[in-house]
Amino acid sequence: MTAAELLSVAAFIEGKHAQAFPNFGSERMGAPVVSFCRLDDKEIRLREPIQEPDALIIQDTTLLHSVNVFQGLKTDGYILINSTRTFDDLDIADFVAGFPPHHVCDVGATELAMKHVKRPVPNAALLGGFAAISGQLHMDSVAEAIMEKFPGVIGEANVAAAREAFHIARAA
Amino acid sequence: MLKQMEGSEAVARAVALCRPEVVCAYPITPQTHIVEGVGALVKDGTLDNCEFINVESEFAALSVAIGASAAGARSYTATASQGLLFMGEAVYNAAGLGLPIVMTIGNRAIGAPINIWNDHSDSMSMRDAGWIQLYAETNQEALDLHIQAFRLAEELSCPVMVCMDGFILTHAYERLDIPDQDEVDAFLPAFDPVQILDPDNPYSIGAMVGPDAFTEVRYLANDTQLQALRLIPEIGDVFKGVFGRDSGGLIHEYKTEGAETIVVALGSVNGTIKDVIDGMRGDGVGIGSVSICSFRPFPLDELRDALSGAKRVVVIEKSLAPGLGGVVASNVRTSLRDAGLAVYTVIAGLGGRAITMASLQEVFKAADDDRLPDIQFLDLDHAAVEHEIIRARRTRRSGPTAEHILRQKAGGAGK
Repeated sequence: MTAAELLSVAAFIEGKHAQAFPNFGSERMGAPVVSFCRLDDKEIRLREPIQEPDALIIQDTTLLHSVNVFQGLKTDGYILINSTRTFDDLDIADFVAGFPPHHVCDVGATELAMKHVKRPVPNAALLGGFAAISGQLHMDSVAEAIMEKFPGVIGEANVAAAREAFHIARAA
Repeated sequence: MLKQMEGSEAVARAVALCRPEVVCAYPITPQTHIVEGVGALVKDGTLDNCEFINVESEFAALSVAIGASAAGARSYTATASQGLLFMGEAVYNAAGLGLPIVMTIGNRAIGAPINIWNDHSDSMSMRDAGWIQLYAETNQEALDLHIQAFRLAEELSCPVMVCMDGFILTHAYERLDIPDQDEVDAFLPAFDPVQILDPDNPYSIGAMVGPDAFTEVRYLANDTQLQALRLIPEIGDVFKGVFGRDSGGLIHEYKTEGAETIVVALGSVNGTIKDVIDGMRGDGVGIGSVSICSFRPFPLDELRDALSGAKRVVVIEKSLAPGLGGVVASNVRTSLRDAGLAVYTVIAGLGGRAITMASLQEVFKAADDDRLPDIQFLDLDHAAVEHEIIRARRTRRSGPTAEHILRQKAGGAGK
């Protein structure tokens, strides 16, 4: 949920309308969680869960083969996966081959978080990666959103992780 | 000031801007973030001169608010679902005593079966407790309604519930205009109670009233609600003058002009409904909607005026009156008793089931073709309920219904 919230704040900083909301799953730690974010240039009135996303950020690759995370994703959509493994290793190479070039990317966001933040908190790095592949947000807006949520040293470490992810994703 | 913020936090800020002197807090999902937010604002000094009281139950939360309000303090609490039921006796007392408490309901289903997600069963269960009930369509309106609610409550000496959809609004982050303290101070005068417990000038509140006077007291409770019908739009106008935006009022009309079908609903689902209407209007279908903001008092005349030009009315409602159908639809029919148009009930979004544009569009098209049944459950799994009805009929000791439906949904039907 933090990632969706930060994404909505970054979009707000750029003057967009944004709506972030969780998919209120089971109330227990470790349960699969989905959260959503809509971006638009006008007021967002729609309250249904997003069923056909333009972009998908997958935080945990163990979900890839336990739930159909790609359900409804548009064929020209974007996929960002938190992983250092290849698409072959993840057993999704055939699936992602159908997407336009540079729309699918994996970034080791948890490793980047361990490097910069010293904790396995991949949200910031994933948003950096998302800004790079989607072109929907500027990296500086993502950094500003992170600093607003986590002022001080923790925020700076997260911004460093996000910036590195941004460069990795843009080069991919 | 524009901020990207969670609905609950925005409501907490709005409440704090109203300078409550007593806030009673007891946690229950999905309302918890609101009282936590107010607590944080008390702790960091943003909201001063406020007693933030952690109580031991919802019954205590409202009972303490009743005592505080009777002592002349501006009082606030929030709850949801079973929490509202648990404080039920105090809900009636607050209204019966005429104490202008403001309470947020983070709307949530009522068990059994236990369910933490959104529908309107909780606030609907207290619709006739004598409180004014306002339903917010957006988070902006939720925070605006809280500011209006204190003024409305204190002018009438009547408690006000502000109902906002749990999770869908309480947990959503969106762009919100957070008012300044100066604006709120200009809009909301200091609390000037009509009754106050004062040791120097003692009198009693809460007398035993027998058959000779009870009807008169109840008549006046109804009269208070009728006064609110006049006051709610007036306060909305004053609010617009100070804050520059439309919020609150009795009802909101959307594209009702020339509409043959008008959809009526409460709360956040109106946003989705409007998007569906825009699409259907683009296809040439004459359809519009009315969002009811004030459910108590119920705006009979305003609804009749808004709806009577249509051919049919479709009420989308997030609560069920078992054995009757729809609570809102029944009320809407009362406003249309002379108009002779069909009112259809669509029970939707129970226990947090998503209300999608696709499903709404299907219902509205069926309405347009006069194919809608009197009452329909949106996206009901007919096979599952029929299977369960037959199974329960075959076995006397058929066991718990909810568990059997869950087993079917998990793919174990008939096992």
